[in-house]
Amino acid sequence: MDELKKQLKRNIISQLNLEDIDASDINDHDALFGDGLNLDSIDALELIVMLEKDYGIILSDPSEGNTIFKSIEVLSRYISENRTK
Amino acid sequence: MKPVYISSNNILSPLGFNTAENISQISREKSAIKLQNIIGKIPSYAALIDNDYLNQVFKAQANCDICDFTKLEKMMLLSLIDTISKSSFSITDRTLLIISTTKGNIDILNSKINHKLKNRIYLSELGKKIKNFFGFKNEPIILSNACVSGVLAIVVAKRLIQNEFYDNAFIVGGDLISEFTLSGFQSLQAISDRPCKPFSKYRNGITLGEAAASLAITSTNNSEKTIQIIGDGSSNDANHISGPSRNGEGLYRSIQSALEESKTSPERLDYISAHGTGTLYNDEMEAIAFNRVKLEDVPINGLKGYFGHTLGASGIIETIVGLHSMNNNILYTSLGTDELGVSVPLNVIRKTQKRNIKTILKTASGFGGCNTAIIFKKIKF
Amino acid sequence: MDPKLSFLEFSKKAYKEQNFDYPKFFKMDNLSKLAFLASDVLCNNDIIKAEDKEHMAIVLSNRSSSLDTDRKHQSTIIDTKSYYPSPALFVYTLPNITIGEISIRQKIKGENAFFVLDKFNAEILTQYAASLIKNKKSNFVLCGWVDYDKRKYNGFMYIVARNGIYKHSKEFINKIFNSN
Repeated sequence: MDELKKQLKRNIISQLNLEDIDASDINDHDALFGDGLNLDSIDALELIVMLEKDYGIILSDPSEGNTIFKSIEVLSRYISENRTK
Repeated sequence: MKPVYISSNNILSPLGFNTAENISQISREKSAIKLQNIIGKIPSYAALIDNDYLNQVFKAQANCDICDFTKLEKMMLLSLIDTISKSSFSITDRTLLIISTTKGNIDILNSKINHKLKNRIYLSELGKKIKNFFGFKNEPIILSNACVSGVLAIVVAKRLIQNEFYDNAFIVGGDLISEFTLSGFQSLQAISDRPCKPFSKYRNGITLGEAAASLAITSTNNSEKTIQIIGDGSSNDANHISGPSRNGEGLYRSIQSALEESKTSPERLDYISAHGTGTLYNDEMEAIAFNRVKLEDVPINGLKGYFGHTLGASGIIETIVGLHSMNNNILYTSLGTDELGVSVPLNVIRKTQKRNIKTILKTASGFGGCNTAIIFKKIKF
Repeated sequence: MDPKLSFLEFSKKAYKEQNFDYPKFFKMDNLSKLAFLASDVLCNNDIIKAEDKEHMAIVLSNRSSSLDTDRKHQSTIIDTKSYYPSPALFVYTLPNITIGEISIRQKIKGENAFFVLDKFNAEILTQYAASLIKNKKSNFVLCGWVDYDKRKYNGFMYIVARNGIYKHSKEFINKIFNSN
């Protein structure tokens, strides 16, 4: 699980072009949207692509992202339960 | 400053290759949108121009080798052949050619397309083909400003003519439906799973459409009655590159600028042709902007239920339908709109009906935070 | 700056040297980064008051539209077995996004237009900028040429005003464009 979280942080940094941020800067429970990493609606759509490309998970309803992308903790749990890659 | 009037026009769409055919279909509430296979075997709703029919008409009217021109060029050329033949002026060195397109010959990026045409990915090369076909004397301006391109092209031409840099202009717009564009909008979750439903409660995205359209405008008028472009404005939301501003600030400012220039008060407007793409955010933003200008009671429609979202052609097609609304004193149904689903009131046109129309507003909004508004008025001499 | 720098190196270096605190910069495509860098120096000065800047018009132009990014988007859809178009990339496949990015950064809510032309055309830019000012749509117009194609990049901008130091003419603008 820790390895997945580390990989996830690295994937997010590269997929979303978050320059000057290191995996160690992102805390597992920090909000990804809003005050935390300050991601926006396009970043949310990019994360949906990342879920499919890297983990084989297709979200049938994009609004599920609102709950899944809360934090690294929540996202990594969702991925480990649903991944097909 | 010189006044600027409308001369001739043409719509080339799946509903017909001239304006009269398109208006006739619209009055019967016919839509060009059908289920199509564009990417692989997965069908989606779109309004496509039949390639074979296009080539057949092009061979007959343009008398040229169909292989020398791309699909988009054939569409634009046919549209312009019609508009130029009916215009009140001919091409001189004081004539501007302005081309509105978001992606031009984007199908060329697909390596399976004929390599002879590779250079036409550059929009100026498309411009040269059109310029040379008709013998235009000046370098064409290609306006590529997302979905406001069509309306903005009319605005740019009007401003240059008013300030006497040109005497008249031909404006042509067009875009293709391509895997490039469809895949991109799909990745944005912006494509509707049904034909688009402007301003409706259950709207969930755009439907793409393929079309070309052209318009002739001039500072000289010899008719007893005509339509004049009396005001315009554009403004950037400065908010987000793909999401519109929540309070419709850019569109609000664009409309105010157009009203101010034309010395028109909001109550004087008889009809609004909105952008109405069918996405949750765009339609809500427009509704808010119209309410801020106190336009909630003005009859309004979105025309994308007939044509789909034709990108670079949309502003010109929808303007032309507006001009015909004025000429015929008819308001056309906002096709696809059912239960209203915006947070503020709008007077959506539910049924095609006769109405005295003298002054109209056309708006458009697009990616990059751009917004444009233009006002037309019937003039009798 | 070393003219042999790749755009990636150049843009990172420029960002660091100018001390921009603007993480959104790294989400932009090459064309928007170029437009951002070219406009920032001009816009961040005390010559134009904040209320004038808000109404400034932006008129940019180029030859390649958004072709550099278009090719990248195309590459994400060419392989049906690895088909992952990126929304963050797709939004940049329109040249006027450059204007959007400048507008957001500088809080400019004025008129916009993006012209795609065969080559830099001072005549069209001067005619249109003059029209905007004469029609009272704007007192200031940020004009420019930002082109990015096959790793060659060229960013050139200037501001037109009702009153200023240099006469607004196509001859003068061609002179400064060609001197770079």
